[in-house]
Amino acid sequence: MFRRLPEIAAAGDAIGFTIDGRPASARAGDSVAAALLANGVTACRKTPVSGAARGPYCMMGVCFDCLVTIDGVGNRQGCQVRVADGMAVETQDGKREVEL
Amino acid sequence: MSGFDFDIAVVGAGPAGLAAAARAAAGGASVVLLDEQAEPGGQIYRAVTETPVRDRRILGPDYWHGAELLGPLRDSGAAHWPGSTVWSVARAREDAAGGRRRIQIGLSRDGSASLLTVRHVILATGALERPFPIPGWTLPGVLGAGAAQVLLKTSGLVPSGATVMAGSGPLLWLLAWQYLQAGARIDAILDTTPRENWRAALPLLPGFLRSPYLGKGMKLLLEVRRKATVIGNVTALRAEGDGVLRTVVYTRNGSEHRLPAETLLLHQGVLPNLNLANATGCAQRWDEVQRCWRPTTDDWGATSVEGVSLAGDGAGIGGARAAEEAGRLAALDALHRLGRLDRAGRDRAAEPVRAALDRALAGRAFLDTLYRPAEPFRVPADDTIVCRCEEITAGAVREAVRLGCSGPNQAKSFLRCGMGPCQGRLCGPTVTEVIAAERGVSPAEVGYYRLRPPVKPITLAELAALPKGEADLDAVLKH
Amino acid sequence: MSETGTASGPSSSPSSGPGTAGFRPDVIVIGGGLHGCSAALHLSMRGVRVLVLEKDHVARHASGVNAGGVRQLGRHVAEVPLSVASMELWHRIGELVDDDCGFESHGQIKVAETEEELDGLQARVDELRALGFGHEETIGRDELRALVPAIADHCVGALVSRRDGAAIPFRTTFAFRRKAIALGARFQEGGAVTRLSRRGGLWTVETAEGGRFEAPVVVNCAGAWADRIAAQVGEPVPLEVIAPMLMITARVPPFIKPVVGAAGRTLSFKQFPNGTVLIGGGLLGRAERDENRTELDFSQVSVNARTVWDLFPIMRGATVVRSWAGIEARMPDQIPVIGPSGTEPDLFHAFGFSAHGFQLGPIVGRITADLITGGSTDLPIAPFRIGRFAA
Repeated sequence: MFRRLPEIAAAGDAIGFTIDGRPASARAGDSVAAALLANGVTACRKTPVSGAARGPYCMMGVCFDCLVTIDGVGNRQGCQVRVADGMAVETQDGKREVEL
Repeated sequence: MSGFDFDIAVVGAGPAGLAAAARAAAGGASVVLLDEQAEPGGQIYRAVTETPVRDRRILGPDYWHGAELLGPLRDSGAAHWPGSTVWSVARAREDAAGGRRRIQIGLSRDGSASLLTVRHVILATGALERPFPIPGWTLPGVLGAGAAQVLLKTSGLVPSGATVMAGSGPLLWLLAWQYLQAGARIDAILDTTPRENWRAALPLLPGFLRSPYLGKGMKLLLEVRRKATVIGNVTALRAEGDGVLRTVVYTRNGSEHRLPAETLLLHQGVLPNLNLANATGCAQRWDEVQRCWRPTTDDWGATSVEGVSLAGDGAGIGGARAAEEAGRLAALDALHRLGRLDRAGRDRAAEPVRAALDRALAGRAFLDTLYRPAEPFRVPADDTIVCRCEEITAGAVREAVRLGCSGPNQAKSFLRCGMGPCQGRLCGPTVTEVIAAERGVSPAEVGYYRLRPPVKPITLAELAALPKGEADLDAVLKH
Repeated sequence: MSETGTASGPSSSPSSGPGTAGFRPDVIVIGGGLHGCSAALHLSMRGVRVLVLEKDHVARHASGVNAGGVRQLGRHVAEVPLSVASMELWHRIGELVDDDCGFESHGQIKVAETEEELDGLQARVDELRALGFGHEETIGRDELRALVPAIADHCVGALVSRRDGAAIPFRTTFAFRRKAIALGARFQEGGAVTRLSRRGGLWTVETAEGGRFEAPVVVNCAGAWADRIAAQVGEPVPLEVIAPMLMITARVPPFIKPVVGAAGRTLSFKQFPNGTVLIGGGLLGRAERDENRTELDFSQVSVNARTVWDLFPIMRGATVVRSWAGIEARMPDQIPVIGPSGTEPDLFHAFGFSAHGFQLGPIVGRITADLITGGSTDLPIAPFRIGRFAA
């Protein structure tokens, strides 16, 4: 789990988005992966190989473990996309990940 | 010059790229700075323009230095294209007419791909964290310390539950220090620095302490040791959990201990991020001291491929300050190669830069020696996953070696390790070392993955929409 | 037979089988691609002692990185008898090499996008029928959709060869190598052949690494480097070095079994059991054979992507994770060189497969073994004689 530093938490979250349909909030400038962690979502997908749970690992676009579906487009790197108002983020299980 | 044609492209907007782009543009070249992130700074100065962490004591003065690189870039007139992922650099065609020899760069921006032509490329692709393959490192809740630092810089996020940090290297201590400054929770720091490294590194300590930048690191380390629970001489680590991290298990002095944890932050140094250079065909060599592959470069950062140079940690780890100076050197040399600066002018301009580079690199040998990761963390046991994408274990790699696989490229064909979307970034160094150890030869002998573009995945739609020449369109229709 | 038979060379890579020191080969095969390994296997099955010399490592080039198509479909008529015979070996590949090579037979299909193209495909079927071959047939709209539900709406029919399929190239080549070694063949990897000479009925082969090997018979399976071997014995060939490009996607749900090509465009499209999709077909990058290097041409890769976009709308959102090219030899008439040297006795060639040699691997090794051990073969190889290029 991750939390905001107090000075930042006090400023409040300005962005409203959804995680698997549930409302969530984030701060402008957050990546989708950061926003997931800030909302207590540590695991964001299951691998297509074994179905094991994975979550953000590198946060810099090299590990490809934070792949999520963003506004219907699968396999996006959550750490490389900024969260936006009204964005629909879906975690991916092994099968949904490969949906075209 | 069209919108897709520049003298020089710089790839990566960290310290090396920012300095290189500014210097090259100031020298009169048309320059484009291509960077994957939305804001300049690279990883070391990530979000320096917009971090919500306004209390400057938390991230520390070295971080805020990054902001000083932005003014010169702005003033230089270099184009800055943030949000641009470079997925290919193709060398100039040998058979092209002299004046028309151009390097072609494939990039994606806002979901659409394009090809850029330039006369020179400076790759400033920086570093990535050395893989830290331990059992359970794929569990959600286990992150790189570098990842935790990105979360802090970009979003002001720190772990809230039980937090364990483990490994070795300056960045681990810096993050711990930043967490302490920020009042974040650290339950324990498990130090995996091998005891014998201290003996080897001690003779190099004076040089380190004289370094204006690095000496500060020692003070920082001592402060962390005073304020946090640091458990030294950790010789084995594993993460356990049921789909999410629950427990960190470590071995110290031969006995096993368990710590409940929600977050485990791993780190054992950084490596050159060489995928793009490798895929471009730049020669590379095994660095025994830093225990990594690094592209081969000359004093100016020029690689084995004409028109392609490297600057910063992507050419070998030297740290942010050294990267900045290396960026300036690469820029001066590029200006010279493009005929905008004669040799004497280049050499004269380089003098103070080289002096600054030497200062920045002083003491590096101490760090390299002290923080060389212990063998069990580089060459893991059989049950440990080494390739996260394809979920290939160290044991499977060893089995392939017994079946006749002699290097990483064959391992790829045998096992698919390195064939996933990360393109070997998270497994390449480990696969090299596991094969070398199993064969009883140097990693230099077993080699590294031959990487191929696109170095980052690209959608079929983007590829299909790339501009095609008339001859190419012809080929769409002809058999 | 060999006078000294003493071989000296660099240390072998792991599991190259027993070392080569002191080994007295009857035949030296130059080139450790599929064809070299297949020749080694078939010769070893007949008790012939074989040494394979490979300049890099087995399956390093085209044999290890090709698209893996096991295709009779659409072959040059001269190749059809060989291809049909090879197909029989593929369907029993496990008996030959103790490994299934990842071979799966779900057919190969060449789609027609227009009625005109379909007519052309029917003409092809008629041509083969006249020659006595019935493995290709045309199918209409409905059967095409039954076989390939994801095909774009505009496609009107296809040519199909139902027993065709695909295998895994590296695994296949390695299986041939392993079985050959089990039967006594030796492999020397690392060190290109620099000199080939013959004296007193004995060939001497020298390599860049200082190796020197002797045998009564030599087989040239050197792929994109085979012209250099041929030139050493005074029979230059117009071999072109090419780099056919391939790309592969991230895993997508299984949606297609057969391998699909197109009548009017360059395409080879297949999905692996793990979900990744391989896209190729022969569009070319650039090859630098002296550097073992290929350079991709993304405007050509884009052409391939565009073809897939048109024919498989379902693929439009897929991501391409990697592309590459192998180094391959192409002959001017697009068919290989197979058979005895035109200038020297006890020298045989098998190269120049022009980007479609994978399926022929099992049979051409047998043909070469026939020629060496029996002096002839029952398959028609006259069209492939090396002398055809002589002015």
